Amino acid sequence: MQASLQAKHNSGAANWQTRLREWWFRHRSLIGFVFIAPWFAGLIIFDVMPFIYNLYLSFTDYQIGTRGAPPWIGLDNYIKIFTEDKFFSKSMYNTVYYLGFSVPLRLFLAFFIALILNLRVRGMQIYRTLFYVPSVVPLIAATVIFAGLLNTRYGMINQLFVLVGIPPVRWLSSPDWIKPSLIILSLWGFGAQMIIFLAGLQSIPQDLYEAAAIDGGGSLRRLRHITVPLMTPTIFFNLLIGVIGGFQVFLQVFVMIDTNGGPLQAGLVYMLHVYNKAFRDFEFGYAAALSVILFLIIFFFTVALVYSSNRWVYYGDEESNEA
Amino acid sequence: MIEQPSRKFLRHVLVYAVLTLGAIVMMVPLLWTVSTSLKTRDQVSIRRLELIPDPIALENYPNLFEVQPMLRFTGNTMIIVVASLFGALVPCTLAGYAFARIPFPGRKYLFPILLATMMLPYVVRIIPLFLFFDEIGWTRTFGPLILPRLLGHNAFYIFLYRQFFRGIPDDIYDSARIDGCSEFGVWWRIFMPMSRPVLAAVSIFAFEFAWNDFLNPLIYVGSSQNLWTLALGLNALKGFEGADSSLNIVMTFSMFMIIPMLVVFYFGQKHLITGVTASGSLKG
Repeated sequence: MQASLQAKHNSGAANWQTRLREWWFRHRSLIGFVFIAPWFAGLIIFDVMPFIYNLYLSFTDYQIGTRGAPPWIGLDNYIKIFTEDKFFSKSMYNTVYYLGFSVPLRLFLAFFIALILNLRVRGMQIYRTLFYVPSVVPLIAATVIFAGLLNTRYGMINQLFVLVGIPPVRWLSSPDWIKPSLIILSLWGFGAQMIIFLAGLQSIPQDLYEAAAIDGGGSLRRLRHITVPLMTPTIFFNLLIGVIGGFQVFLQVFVMIDTNGGPLQAGLVYMLHVYNKAFRDFEFGYAAALSVILFLIIFFFTVALVYSSNRWVYYGDEESNEA
Repeated sequence: MIEQPSRKFLRHVLVYAVLTLGAIVMMVPLLWTVSTSLKTRDQVSIRRLELIPDPIALENYPNLFEVQPMLRFTGNTMIIVVASLFGALVPCTLAGYAFARIPFPGRKYLFPILLATMMLPYVVRIIPLFLFFDEIGWTRTFGPLILPRLLGHNAFYIFLYRQFFRGIPDDIYDSARIDGCSEFGVWWRIFMPMSRPVLAAVSIFAFEFAWNDFLNPLIYVGSSQNLWTLALGLNALKGFEGADSSLNIVMTFSMFMIIPMLVVFYFGQKHLITGVTASGSLKG
């Protein structure tokens, strides 16, 4: 009696376990949720919630010392940005000026040097390393180095100028030269993009060039009709990343100039304006509104660029949107 | 396509001239940094161009540790680096594996969200995150700097892993599963050892970003000097126009930040290119 009950109990347990195992076998892909759990937690805590809360903040007058729910002021922050804030247009102008020069120049330099290195020149690896090393230098160190190089009195550039008889330039303290200085600093790091271009160039099949050579295409025509079209995905990718990053330029000005962007705010970039409003003046609601505007600009720019890419980016024969 | 020898020769000269000139221009800032880091205060202030200092002030390097709390700065930075490496190697690979190999329900909706977060600029999150961490009393601690990193909060790394894992042949995955390996087992015992190039590449990125991070330490620990990272220490030391006779120490500090990066990239450059191109990140 005792034994048979035990056996029945066991078989019940086995049955239950078998069913669980079968259920699990059919739904085994649910284990994926365990795998993505840390990422998903981060997505909610560090992306989704802040993004929504930021939007909410931008309609409030949240300042330092605000307790409880911040007062809702509707569109007042946005109206103030477009009507009263003279630093808004100034900082936007500076930012667009900066990225309008630095992004295309960087791309051009990176592409140009990658093309030359791809000619299979002797010592290519040494040159590649020399061009690449500056982009390994931490941005804060690069900025401090250029603050030194461009220093009016102790900097090497002006010492060189004096040597050849050019009057020294006040690179970092004259409103005319602050933005060019920032652009020069950004160009120093073109090596990272150059490496990406070089990898792309080396993956272009040689037989395309051989076919073109048989057809009698000159080197310029090969560049125009083979190399550039095949490189458009890489150019597109770098352009997009460059512009998104360029809109958020901050450290260089903060470290090399000052928190106000230097004389006449010639170096006041947009991100610095947001930073000042949030973390110097503690006007969090207002700064949130500024950040939303920057987000919209970046968003529309990205959409426009992606949209235009259908016309100029070559995706080959493969499906460009495979998931 | 027969080129005359003289024309070919000329083209060669032109190519090497452009490359050499360019390489010199690129290296001069670094050479100047090395040179200035080896100058005495007096040599800096003579305001004349001297690339090779005389005498060479090697003592600037040991002196740096006396005038600046370098060990504490480095230790603080390493806390962030280690958190970053852990996040990049464990949670990120797990998520990349799931997105590549486990057809869990909702995957096709979550993957585009992952890609979208790569495009989400930090500027729209920075203020609420600060207020949130302030609310729970985490400002002036490392919490805000390490928690996102420990969780592997980086869509780009996950994307790279996912691309790489998708490139591993189905046969390998299937036979491991038939042999009774669990998903965790496949991830840890098969996929991870096969993914050294991309693991190395992502680790280098993680090290670099943690080592270089400036804005986050500035916001969260900028006001408590004993929590400063190297980047904050260097920023505080930098001179302003006109008062730069300590330029030599600033450049010594810069070199202290640059050299580890050079070492990391020297040993990792091979993986960096193979890892990233094998992940096909440039093709989408």
